[in-house]
Amino acid sequence: MYDVLIIGCGITGAATAFELSKYQLRVGILEKENDVADGTTKANSAILHAGYDPSPGSLMARLNVRGSELARQLCPALDVPYVPCGSLVLAFSDAERPALEELYRRGQANGVPGLELLTAAQARAMDHNLSGDVVSALHAPSAAICSPWEYCLALAETAVRNGADLHLETAVTGLERREDGWLVRTNRGDFTARFVVNAAGVSAAQVHDLAAPHAFDIRPSRGQYYLLDKSEGDRVSHVIFQCPNKDGKGVLVAPTVHGNLIVGPNAEDVAGDDTATTSAALRFVRETAQKSVPSIQFRESIRNFAGVRAHAVGLDDFILREADGAPGFFDLAGICSPGLTAAPAIAEYAVELMAAAGLSLTKKEDFLCTRRRVRFHDLPPEEKARLVSEHPAYGRVICRCETVTEGEILDALQSPIPPRSVDGIKRRVGASMGRCQGGFCGPRVVEILSRELGLSPGQIVQDKAGTWLLSRETKGGE
Amino acid sequence: MKELICIVCPKGCHLKVDEEKGYAVTGNGCPRGAEYGKIELTHPTRVVTSTVRCVGGAHPRCPVKTDGAIPKGLIREAMGLLEAVTLTAPVALGQVAVANVCGTGVNFVTTRAM
Amino acid sequence: MYDLIVVGGGPAGLAAACAAWEKGLRKILLVERDKELGGILNQCIHNGFGLHHFKEELTGPEYAGRFVRMLQDTEVEVRLDTMVLEITPARQVHMVGKTTGYRVEEAKSIILAMGCRERTRGAIAIPGARPAGVFTAGAAQRYVNMEGWMPGERVVILGSGDIGLIMARRMTLEGAKVLACVEVMPYSGGLNRNIVQCLQNYGIPLYLSHTVTDIRGKDRVEQVVVSQVDAQRSPIPGTEMVFDCDTLLLSVGLIPENELTRQAGIEMDRRTNGAVVYENMETSLPGVFACGNVAHVHDLVDFVTAESQRSGAAAADYVLAGGREGSAAVLEVKNGDGVTYTVPQRIRPGLVEKSCGLFFRVNRVCGDSEILVTSGEAPIARFSREHLAPGEMEHIVLPRVLLDRAAGELTVSIREVEKA
Repeated sequence: MYDVLIIGCGITGAATAFELSKYQLRVGILEKENDVADGTTKANSAILHAGYDPSPGSLMARLNVRGSELARQLCPALDVPYVPCGSLVLAFSDAERPALEELYRRGQANGVPGLELLTAAQARAMDHNLSGDVVSALHAPSAAICSPWEYCLALAETAVRNGADLHLETAVTGLERREDGWLVRTNRGDFTARFVVNAAGVSAAQVHDLAAPHAFDIRPSRGQYYLLDKSEGDRVSHVIFQCPNKDGKGVLVAPTVHGNLIVGPNAEDVAGDDTATTSAALRFVRETAQKSVPSIQFRESIRNFAGVRAHAVGLDDFILREADGAPGFFDLAGICSPGLTAAPAIAEYAVELMAAAGLSLTKKEDFLCTRRRVRFHDLPPEEKARLVSEHPAYGRVICRCETVTEGEILDALQSPIPPRSVDGIKRRVGASMGRCQGGFCGPRVVEILSRELGLSPGQIVQDKAGTWLLSRETKGGE
Repeated sequence: MKELICIVCPKGCHLKVDEEKGYAVTGNGCPRGAEYGKIELTHPTRVVTSTVRCVGGAHPRCPVKTDGAIPKGLIREAMGLLEAVTLTAPVALGQVAVANVCGTGVNFVTTRAM
Repeated sequence: MYDLIVVGGGPAGLAAACAAWEKGLRKILLVERDKELGGILNQCIHNGFGLHHFKEELTGPEYAGRFVRMLQDTEVEVRLDTMVLEITPARQVHMVGKTTGYRVEEAKSIILAMGCRERTRGAIAIPGARPAGVFTAGAAQRYVNMEGWMPGERVVILGSGDIGLIMARRMTLEGAKVLACVEVMPYSGGLNRNIVQCLQNYGIPLYLSHTVTDIRGKDRVEQVVVSQVDAQRSPIPGTEMVFDCDTLLLSVGLIPENELTRQAGIEMDRRTNGAVVYENMETSLPGVFACGNVAHVHDLVDFVTAESQRSGAAAADYVLAGGREGSAAVLEVKNGDGVTYTVPQRIRPGLVEKSCGLFFRVNRVCGDSEILVTSGEAPIARFSREHLAPGEMEHIVLPRVLLDRAAGELTVSIREVEKA
C-alpha cells in the first residue's frame, strides 16, 4: 500500500513526487504513456514566468512567484538547463500603455521582483531586433527559460532515486474508496494508496470523475509553435511578449536553452489531445510574431509543433484541493500556463494539503538532491579529451547537429528512468533535436536502442506505444 | 512514330523512334540513345539493383546488381531470387550472388566488398 | 603539422585527397565520421553514376569503391569513425573518435568536404498531426539499402528530387505500394530519366503543382492529404485528394552542411548555403577550400569529383608555394536575370591559368536560350543552350583572355531566344 499514489507524470506529477520523496513515505506514480513528460510538459513555450500575469490573491499568482524562486535553485541543483534571461512585454501604441501599467501593478501586488517600465529606446537597447513600433515595455528580470521535459525528468528521476516507484504504461481505469484509502484499478493491475493525487493534465476531469462527483471541466486549448534553427537563436536575448489586447494575448518570441528560437503560440479550443498543426494558425503565429521582431527568418524553421494546455472551464485559477465527496483524493487540475513555473510550488502546496488531511511528514535523512549528466558538447577541449580517453563511447558522435555522443545515450539508458523510444532519447540527451531532425542520427539511434534493449529494430518506436518506425525486414528477414 | 525519353544517361534526350523505318531513332545525342530507342520498343531491358542478406559484414545487407540488362518483364521474378540468398563476409566486389538469373545468362553480382 | 586535412570521406573528400596527393602533397589526413569511406554513395545502390568520369555506368558503392582503392594506393592517412568538432581560423582542427580519441591537429591547408543534409518536414512547415512515419528519403534509403528494413508499406512521396524518385522504385521493388509522387513546382526537381525509369515504368503517378496539405494519424501516419497549388504555390481549396498510407517520404531539397564553416568565421553565400569561393574553390579563409555538396548542391557525382579534384590540386599548389603573398584583383560574379547562384562567386583572373569553369543554376524552365556574361555594359561571352531548368546545374568555361577584359565584376544572365 502506497502512502501516496500520483496519477500522471508530467511536470505537476513529477514535482509532487519529488516533494513527497523528501519524506519517509511510500510514493508511487502511474503514467499511462511509456515515458514521463509526454503530454503538455513536452510541448509548451518553455518559459518560467515572472508572475505579473495572474490576478493578485489567486493561487496562480502566489504559486507562480514561489515556483519561479524555487526553479532558480532546483534547476542548477538537478542539472536542468536554465537561463535567467528576463522578459519584456511590448506595447505598440499609447492605447496599450494602460494594459502594460496594469501588468506592472499586478506584478507589484504579486511580489514579482525587479519589475520596471521601459521607454522604447531602453527596450531596444536591451534587445536590438525589436520592432520600431514599440512604444514602451515592461521588463521582468526574474523571468527565465528552461528545458521543460528535462525539468520534469530531473524531478521524476530524483523522486525515483529517493525511493518513489514509477509505473509507466499504466493507465488508471477505476478508483474505489476503501476504508483506509483508495483502490486504484489500472490496465496493469490494482494498486492501493491512502492518498491519491490527480495530476492527469488534460485528462484530469475524467480521472476526477472516476473518484468523485463531477466537479469541473477541462477545456483543452491548443497552441502552435515554430522552432527555428540555432542560426536564429540570438535574434532576441529576452522572452518577448506582446501586451494582451482585445485580440488576445499575442505570441511570444524567445530564445531556448538549447540555442534555438521559439515562436508561438496561438490559442484555439480543440477536442482532447489533438496536437496537429494547421497552416492558418502557423501563418497567424508568423505574422503576429513579426510585429514584435520583424527580422525573424522563418525559412530557418526546423520544426512545428503544437501543445494542448489544460484550462479549467469558468475559472481563472488552478484547481488544487481535496475533492468534495472523495476524502484523500486531491485534484491538481487546470494546470495551464504558468503551470510549468508553478509546478514545484504546486507540489509544496499539495503536500501541505495532504498533511492537513493527516499525512504525516518525517524528513528523510539521506534525501538526494543533486543530479549530473555528461553534456559532451558543453565541455572544454581538455575535459573532452580526458573523458574520451577514459570512456571511448563519448568519442563517437551520434547526433552531428547537437554533438551528442554514444556515451551520453548509453548513460541515459542506464539512468533511473531509462528511455524506451527514439524521442525518449531525444528528450534526455538532445539527439535528433537539431536542424536535421533525426534524418542522420535516427537510424543510428534505432540501432543503439535495439542493441541495448535487446529488441529487433522493428520493435523500436518513435515515441508513444504504437508509433512504429519499421514495418518489416527486406529479403524475408532472418 | 513513338516518342520517349532516353534513360541511358542523365541528359534525358527526347527520342523519336520510327517503327516503320526499322526503328530509326532521331533526337538522340549519342549512339547509345539510338540503341536504347530501338531496344526499348522491341524488347525493353533493365539493369536491376537490389541487396541480399549478408552476415558478418559491416551492414546486414550487401548491394548487388545484374551484370547485364535483363528483360523488363523478368524484374519481379529476378527480385524474388534474392530472397533466398545469404552471403557471409568476407564478400568480394563482383562476387556472384545469383548465377544465370532466370535463364538469361546474366548474374547478380555484389557491388561492394564487405 | 599536416600539409592538408580533408574533412569528409565521401566522393568530394576522396577525390580531393587523391588529387592533392598526385600534385605532390605527402602529409595528408582525411577525417571521416562514419566507420567506412564513401559517404552517401554507400546507400545509393542504384546505377547511373560515373558516366562522365569513368565513361561507364556504376552503382554508388562501385563509384565510391574505385576512389577508395585509389586512395589506398597513396599514403594518405585516414581516420574513420572520427568527427571534426571545430575548425579554427588558425587552421587547427578539433576532432574526436571512439578509437582515435580527442585530437587537435594543425594543417597548412584544409579542404571542407562535409556534403549536405536533407531538408525536413520542419523546414517546409507541412501542417498536420505528428505521427511516426514521416521520413526523409535519404533516411529511408539507409534503412532499406543498408539496414534491410522497410520504413512502411503504403507510401506517398513529397518532392520529385532524384532521391525521392529512386526510392519510389526501390520501395516498389521491395514490395511496398507507392501511391503517388507529389511535386509543388510545375516541373520535376529530378532528372527526366528518373521520372521515366522510376515512376512511369512502375505506374506511379506524378502530381506536378501539388503539395501535401495535411498529415493525419494518431500514432502512425494513416492518411496524407494532397492539394493542387496555384501559381503562387498556395493550395487551392476543393482540390484535396486523400491517400490512405502509412508513410510519407520527403525529397524536398538538400542543404550544404556548413556548421564547421560558419563556426570558423568563413564568409557564406545565402544563395548556395555554402561558403563564398574563389575560382580555385578557396574560401575567404586563405588555405581553406570547399568542394562538392558542401559548397553547393550538385546533381551528379561526376561534377562533384571534378570540382573536388580541382580543389585538391589548388590546396596542393597553395601549400607547395608556401602560402600566398599579396592580394590579387578580384572579379565579383553577380547573378543577372534568371540566375539564382554561381560558383565560384569570385574570380581572381591573375590566378586563372587558362580558363575558369563556372557553375550556376537558373530560376525557370527555358527552351532555346542564351547565357550572357557581361562586365558593366561590356559583353564578355555568350553561350547557347537548347534547354535550361532549375533542376539541372549549368556549366560554362571562361578563358583567361576574356576574364582579363572584365573590370570589377562579371554578371551571368540567361535570355530565352525568340523562335523565328
